[in-house]
Amino acid sequence: MNRLINNKGKRARNRRVFGAFVRKEFKHILRDRWTTIILLLMPVVMLLLFGNAINTEVKNAKVVIYDPSNDDATRTIINKLLVNDYFILYKTVSSPQEIEPLFQEGEVGMAIVFSERFYENLLHTGEAQVQFMADGSDPNTALTLTSYATAIVTSAQQELLKISEVPLQITADVKLLYNPTMKAVYNFVPGVMGMILLLICTMMTCISIAREKEKGTMEVLLVSPVKPLFLLLSKAVPYFVLSLADLTIILLIAVFGMGVPIAGSFFWLIILSFIYIFLSLALGLLISSLVRSQIAALLISGMAMMIPVIILSGMLFPVENMPWFLRWLGQVVPAKWYIEAVRKLMIKGLDFSSIILEISVLTTMAIGVIMVALKTFKNRLE
Amino acid sequence: MTSDTIHIEQSGNKVIVARDLTKRFGTFTAVDRISFEVERGEIFGFLGANGAGKTTAMRMLCGLSRPTSGSGYVAGHDINTETEAVKRSIGYMSQKFALYEDLKVCENLRLYGGIYGVPEKEMNNRIDALLENLGFQQEKETFVRQLPLGWKQKLSFATAIFHEPAIVFLDEPTGGVDPVTRRQFWEMICQAADRGITIFVTTHYMDEAEYCNRVSIMVDGRIEALDSPANLKQRYNTSTMDGVFQQLARKAERG
Repeated sequence: MNRLINNKGKRARNRRVFGAFVRKEFKHILRDRWTTIILLLMPVVMLLLFGNAINTEVKNAKVVIYDPSNDDATRTIINKLLVNDYFILYKTVSSPQEIEPLFQEGEVGMAIVFSERFYENLLHTGEAQVQFMADGSDPNTALTLTSYATAIVTSAQQELLKISEVPLQITADVKLLYNPTMKAVYNFVPGVMGMILLLICTMMTCISIAREKEKGTMEVLLVSPVKPLFLLLSKAVPYFVLSLADLTIILLIAVFGMGVPIAGSFFWLIILSFIYIFLSLALGLLISSLVRSQIAALLISGMAMMIPVIILSGMLFPVENMPWFLRWLGQVVPAKWYIEAVRKLMIKGLDFSSIILEISVLTTMAIGVIMVALKTFKNRLE
Repeated sequence: MTSDTIHIEQSGNKVIVARDLTKRFGTFTAVDRISFEVERGEIFGFLGANGAGKTTAMRMLCGLSRPTSGSGYVAGHDINTETEAVKRSIGYMSQKFALYEDLKVCENLRLYGGIYGVPEKEMNNRIDALLENLGFQQEKETFVRQLPLGWKQKLSFATAIFHEPAIVFLDEPTGGVDPVTRRQFWEMICQAADRGITIFVTTHYMDEAEYCNRVSIMVDGRIEALDSPANLKQRYNTSTMDGVFQQLARKAERG
């Protein structure tokens, strides 16, 4: 009985101490006005930047064509290419040698080179070559242009084959799924979400813990009867709230400002984000138990977390075109899974069953990281 | 044996008891079988060159680090098994200034008071009493970062004993403080000792050792001398504590 009362008193005291710590953390954040403003404005700025300034959308790219065959097949393909407003014909050349100077002048975005006797080869051997040349110094644009052109040719090819077998006119229509106008903003919204949440939860949490170590306040707290776990959790609470605020800001801007639909389940989008936020917080706690200074915390969370997210998550660069080891490395980047799942939910409008894999990977990661973080934290106390 | 020790130090007013306290890191013995006792209300100086093992010994007594062997009791609690009770009955002030600069004076006090379980009903009265005692009434709502260094140091000490602990551990508390403030600081320490709070203090300043009731000097992880400053000076035939320290520290092989 006595013990029961004791336990009750203990729990009440723990709650009080925890409350006091959470209030203290909120004060730290809110009194550092500039950091707060930056953290709240960052998603806005990022969305504007990625949505407008960095634009991977391709329109009216000038193409130069070398077509020695000039037969039904090549004409069909050329027509299909030019009927879109992605490409406009800049020039038809009579020899391949004329192509390179045009690239050097910077006038054209892509060259299309057909092999000789294109249709004949196609009918007899089932093979014909067409080459797309693009300016590799701008890999993003080059990639977009060539993948467009390839898609168009593939559809044209199918059409041609069908003509040869059954005498029926089929108008094939190139349609890019999910993001038909290739609006950049669609792709960036999930990416920005993945990045901002990681930034706030991981980087800010671990910097804030490292600051206590640096200033010596951590030592005083460790000597005190406060449970170390309390310290860590109280650090996580305000950043959790802040990340929810940013999540709301991003979704509001995306839906009402940029017209990005939330095509799939809003409920699962939020659940998914919660899991990702917990994972990011756990990562922050893990890093903070390994480092002693704020600058180390910044470097590790900034360099080791953000850069892989930007590069490997498929946010800016398509992962499909990377060497196998980078693609493999991308699998361990939590943001990659999150961004992928958000894309499925928001843009593709798929339902829960399509993101089961992503949710399970993220949940497993979160549990694993929390366990490792707690373990390292305990070991590091001595 | 164990229950005996507790019994003795409770009735005999011994608030710190260390018996053959040892800490090894791998093959390195940082603290080598030190034994001593500190009485209630005593100002106990813990001296030694850098690397002599002072900090490690103090961390064990504070319940931060587990001894490799040996036993110790702080305020009647076993440092091997009752670290939480140990932590609850001590105060601690580190070398670094460790109050939150972006919190107000009263917010810092409220936070530490809350951590150590000062009842909410008494909180305001105790904060006011403490500030009045320091002459800081005007600064209650001031941000700590706006205080001069000397004031911060005094506030830091006042915070460490805000919850009226049995013992307060001070780890080189006067580093970087001017002589006048240092003097005032030691006056505060003496006042606290008069109220019955035991002071356990490490320092580099030999003139500060003179303020202590008893002084222990650590060399290479062992306690080489432990007595009152007057007795030590007599034994080593010198007029200052610095003289005592020089003679003992010369033997050091590490540091």
